[in-house]
Amino acid sequence: MGLLDQIAEGVINGDDEQVAQLTQQVIEQNRPPKQILDVGLIAGMNIVGQRFKAHEIFLPDVLLAAKAMYAGMDLLKPLLIAQGIPSVGRVVIGTVRGDLHDIGKNLVGIMLKGAGFDVIDLGRDVAPEEMVRAAKEQDAAVIGMSALLTTTMPAMGEVVQLLKQEKLDGKIKTIVGGAPVSKDFAHGIGADAYGFDAANAVDRVRQLVGA
Amino acid sequence: MTETFTFSPDEVKPTRETVFENQGIPPGITVSGPVDSICEQALAMLARTAAPAGITGEISAAEFEQVYQGEGRNDPNTPVGGIFERADHLALFTVTIGERPAEEIARLFDENEFALASMLDAAASAAADNAAKLAERRYGDVLRGDGWGAPDGGVLRYSPGYCGWHVSGQRKLFDYLGPEEIGVTLTNRFLMQPLKSVSGIIIAAHRDVHKFAASFPFCRECETRECRERIRALFAE
Ligand code: B1M
Repeated sequence: MGLLDQIAEGVINGDDEQVAQLTQQVIEQNRPPKQILDVGLIAGMNIVGQRFKAHEIFLPDVLLAAKAMYAGMDLLKPLLIAQGIPSVGRVVIGTVRGDLHDIGKNLVGIMLKGAGFDVIDLGRDVAPEEMVRAAKEQDAAVIGMSALLTTTMPAMGEVVQLLKQEKLDGKIKTIVGGAPVSKDFAHGIGADAYGFDAANAVDRVRQLVGA
Repeated sequence: MTETFTFSPDEVKPTRETVFENQGIPPGITVSGPVDSICEQALAMLARTAAPAGITGEISAAEFEQVYQGEGRNDPNTPVGGIFERADHLALFTVTIGERPAEEIARLFDENEFALASMLDAAASAAADNAAKLAERRYGDVLRGDGWGAPDGGVLRYSPGYCGWHVSGQRKLFDYLGPEEIGVTLTNRFLMQPLKSVSGIIIAAHRDVHKFAASFPFCRECETRECRERIRALFAE
């Protein structure tokens, strides 16, 4: 098994020490950082995502894998930046105004980072104006919103409307999710996508950015 | 009259099965060694950081009607609306497990300890729910100690945000009860800080009073249908 496959294997097994050590080793061998990322770290995370979707493994296993992935990513990031290699895309996420339930949003953020996205987490109780402002400032391709209370779901529509008003709706896409949110609701407010769980959110965001 | 109380972390400690369930792991699954040990770690951290506390305040049906009106945003028909008027006793409550578990969760996320952070989050949510259960039981025990309830009394709690009682109802509930005394405050958008807190009304009534059909418009959107189990439990006692 090649070193990059071993990195992928380390991610799958949630072995952060192995991943960090092997990533350091391949960096020292001057392997292109983008190749280490794609063939090692992200390839491992993709398998983890598939196994999760197939219910072969569960959330804690995915999160252990994510930690291992980050261990390698921490070493790679400065090199990717130095070489001007862009991330798959930048996503601003947050739990909407008035809502403090953030367990699901945190998971979506972790999984997106695990898939190679640059994630800016605005936290919880984030006002629509703040979401749009941050997305503009950070030049984000996607705004991801989470809501767990039916009473806070309308704030998602406000973000979509603000983007429309600023004629940014073609440029900055939106994805919504959270237990009470549905595909129909997403469609109704004009969001670009709906994610029913964290793994599905990654697939949808990939589609949105054409990755 | 209000009453404050505390519970030990052990009293609100959730079972491993509940924590796993909150993590989306179905019952009966054998988890891996690392996952098993993370669960143990999370429960130990919860025991170190949780400071469960509660406050209850008895309230008459007439006074509760005012609280229940809240900001006027409830659904026109709700289960609580039909239940509280027939109650023998009512008490507002708020419970919390304190701020520290949430601080630990945030710290662990920052340190990329995602699995432990998420496990602790699941455990802390279950602990907050357990604290609400204990507050309900405690109030029921006091009433029964005073001779109420035999043989068909039933005590159940209901919360703003559920079943047509709009979450903004927490404002009046807070005005009346004053949970600031146990360190719980309300944001201007009606949510409680610390996050791991639960508020509501405990209703003591003949157990038949608590029965309702899950046929309200909002029941269609409800995923948990927890009310069914809670009502059933009253009749299993
Ligand atoms: C960007 O794209 C995307 C894509 C996918 C996205 C996404 C974004 N965001 C999420 N997803 C998706 O991916 C995630 C991973 O798979 C998933 O995320 P979820 O967040 O859905 O799932 C998480 C991984 C696990 N799930 C959760 O964390 C939420 C579970 C439930 C049971 C829940 C919990 C645990 C809690 N709560 Co709260 N709580 C409920 C919830 C009922 C439910 N079944 O959802 C809900 C949300 N609570 C509710 C309420 C009312 C409240 N809660 C309260 C308290 C609590 C606990 C403290 C007990 C606990 C804390 C939660 C926390 N964040 O720390 C209160 C408020 C607390 C406060 N501080 O003010 C209180 C207001 C009750 C009260 N009066 O005390 C209800 C809202 C009702 C409504 N219709 O609006 C509720 C639906 C329960 C119910 N059965 O009715 C997907 O939805």
